[in-house]
Amino acid sequence: MEQFLQQIINGISLGSIYALIALGYTMVYGIIKLINFAHGDIYMIGAYIGFACTTYLKLGFVESLLIAMVVCALLGFLIEKIAYKPLRNATRIAALITAIGVSLFLEYGTMFIVKADVRTFPKVFTEKNIHITSGLVISNTQIVIIVVTVLLMALLQYIVHFTKAGKAMRAVSTDQDAAQLMGIDVNFTISTTFAIGSALAGAAGVLVGVYYNSIDPLMGMIPGLKAFIAAVFGGIGVIPGAMLGGISLGVIETFVSGYGGSLYKDAAAFAILILILLIKPSGILGKNQREKV
Amino acid sequence: MKQLLNAKTLLYVISLAAIYGIVQLLISVNIINQYYQVNLVMICINIILAVSLNLVTGFTGQFSLGHAGFMAIGAYISAIITLNMQQEYSFLIGLFAGALVASLVGFLIGIPTLRLRGDYLAIATLGMAEIIRILFLNIDYVGGAAGLTGIPQYTNWPWLFVFTAATIIIISNFIKSSHGRACISIREDEIAAESMGINTTKYKVLAFVIGAFFAGIAGALYSNYFYFIKPDLFNFMKSIDILVIVVLGGMGSITGSVLAAILLALISAYLQSFPELRMVIYALLLIIIMIYRPQGLMGTKEFSLSSLFKKKADKIQ
Repeated sequence: MEQFLQQIINGISLGSIYALIALGYTMVYGIIKLINFAHGDIYMIGAYIGFACTTYLKLGFVESLLIAMVVCALLGFLIEKIAYKPLRNATRIAALITAIGVSLFLEYGTMFIVKADVRTFPKVFTEKNIHITSGLVISNTQIVIIVVTVLLMALLQYIVHFTKAGKAMRAVSTDQDAAQLMGIDVNFTISTTFAIGSALAGAAGVLVGVYYNSIDPLMGMIPGLKAFIAAVFGGIGVIPGAMLGGISLGVIETFVSGYGGSLYKDAAAFAILILILLIKPSGILGKNQREKV
Repeated sequence: MKQLLNAKTLLYVISLAAIYGIVQLLISVNIINQYYQVNLVMICINIILAVSLNLVTGFTGQFSLGHAGFMAIGAYISAIITLNMQQEYSFLIGLFAGALVASLVGFLIGIPTLRLRGDYLAIATLGMAEIIRILFLNIDYVGGAAGLTGIPQYTNWPWLFVFTAATIIIISNFIKSSHGRACISIREDEIAAESMGINTTKYKVLAFVIGAFFAGIAGALYSNYFYFIKPDLFNFMKSIDILVIVVLGGMGSITGSVLAAILLALISAYLQSFPELRMVIYALLLIIIMIYRPQGLMGTKEFSLSSLFKKKADKIQ
C-alpha cells in the first residue's frame, strides 16, 4: 500500500511536468489546429535559461523560473510570427513540416551554441525528504513542482476564463471568422496563445532541471511527444483535459516502471495513446463532434 | 502486345537502361567511389521510402507518421534471415519475407487505425511505429539497444536499381489503375468517394499495405548494405525524414519524391563539411521552402519524358 501511494506521489510530480507542456500543445492545437512539434524544444530552451540563470547569474529559483517563462514567451511569440504566420492559409501538412523544421532548428541551434554535452543543473534547494509515514517519502523538490504547477494552472484558468484576452482566445478557437467579424484581432490572439503556452513549457523546463539535475539539447523530443500524448489523452483543445491527461500519463508511467516494466515505459505511453484514439478519439474530456458534409 | 510496345514504353526502357549503364560505368571506373556509393544507396532507399509513403499520404491522403516502423520490420526480418541462412538466394528470400511481414503488420495496424482521420491518424501511426521500435529494443535475440551486427552485404547497385525502378513503376501504374483512381478520390473527398460506391476502408488499407510492403523492401536493402542495424535508426525522426521528402517533392507527385530524395541527399552530403551547422542549415532550408513553396517542388504535377519531347516538338513546329 505504501509503495502504491509512493508511486502516486512520484507519478503526480512527473505528470505535472507533462501537464505543463501538454497545456501549450492543446492551446495551440485548439486555436489553429497545428501540432506544434517545436513545443518540446521550447521546454528545452526553458531548462537552459534556468540553468544559465542559476549557474552564471546566481539567481534564486523563483527569479530563474520567471525569467525562463518570459524568455520562452517571447520566443514562442517570435516563432509564431516568423514561421507559422506566413502559413496561416497553407495546407496543414505544410504547417506541420514547418513546425518540424522549427523543432530541428531549435535543437541543433542550441546544440551549436552550448555544445551537445549533458549539463548538470545546480541544486537550488537543499534536498530534504519529508517522511509522511515510515515508507512514504515526498521530497521538497516534488512539493515545489506540484505547487508551481497548481499555481500556474490556476493562473491559466483565470486568464482563459476571466480576462479579455482569454475570452478572445476562446472566441478564436470556436470560430475564427466570426471572431474577426466581432472585431477581435485574430493574429494578436494567436500570438498571445503561443506566448502563454511557451511560457508554461519554459516553466516545465526549469522544473525538470531542478528535478532531474541534468539537461541536454535533445531533451525536449521525448517529453514533447509524451506531452502531446497527454494532450490527446485528455482531449486535445480542452485545457482541463491536458492537465488530467498529463497527470494520468505520469502516474501510469511511474506504475509501469515501478512494477518491473521500465523498458516498456515508453511503449505503455504509446499503447495508451492508440487505445484512447480507437475507443474515444476526442479524448477523455473532449466532446464528440458530429461530422458535417 | 501492341499497346505494350509503343514508342513511349520504349523511351522509358531506354532511359532506364541508360541510367543503369551510366551509373554502373561510373562505379567501375571509380568516379563514384566508396563515399559516393553510400550516398547513392541512401538516395535509392529514400526514393523507395518516399514513393511508397507518397502513395499513402500524397495520393490516398492518409497522413502517416509511422513509415520507419515498417522499414524497421523489413530490416530486422531480412537481417535475421540472411544471418541464419547463408546461401545463394537468402538475400531475396529475406527481402521478400521482410516486405511481406511489414505489409502484414501494415494490414493489422491499418484496419483499426485507418478509421481515424487527419491528425489523429498521424499520431496513431506514430505511436504504432514507436511501439514496433520499442519491441525490437526489448528482444534480446536481435541485440536489443546495441543492435544487430555482421549482417552480410548483399545490396549492390544492380539490386538497388532493380528495386527502386520496380517501386516507381509499380506504384505509378497502380495510381493509373482504377484502384489508384479510387485512392485519389478518397484524398479529394472521402464522403463523395463513399457515396460514389467506393469502399473507402478497403482502398485505404490497400494503399497502406502496399506502402508498408515497399518500406519493408527499403529496410531490407538498408540492413543488407550497412552490416549493422539498431532500433534507434528507425525512430520517429526517420519517419519525419521520409515525410519531409514527400512534402518537399510535392504530395501526389512521384517524380517529385524522386527529385526531392536526390536533392536532400545532395544538400546533406554537401553540408557534411560543416558538421556542426549541418542540421541548423537543413532546418532553415526546410522552413524557408515551406514558407515560399508550401505545395512542394512539383505540386501534384509529374515530370515526364514524353511531355518534354512533346513541348520540344511543339516549339519546332
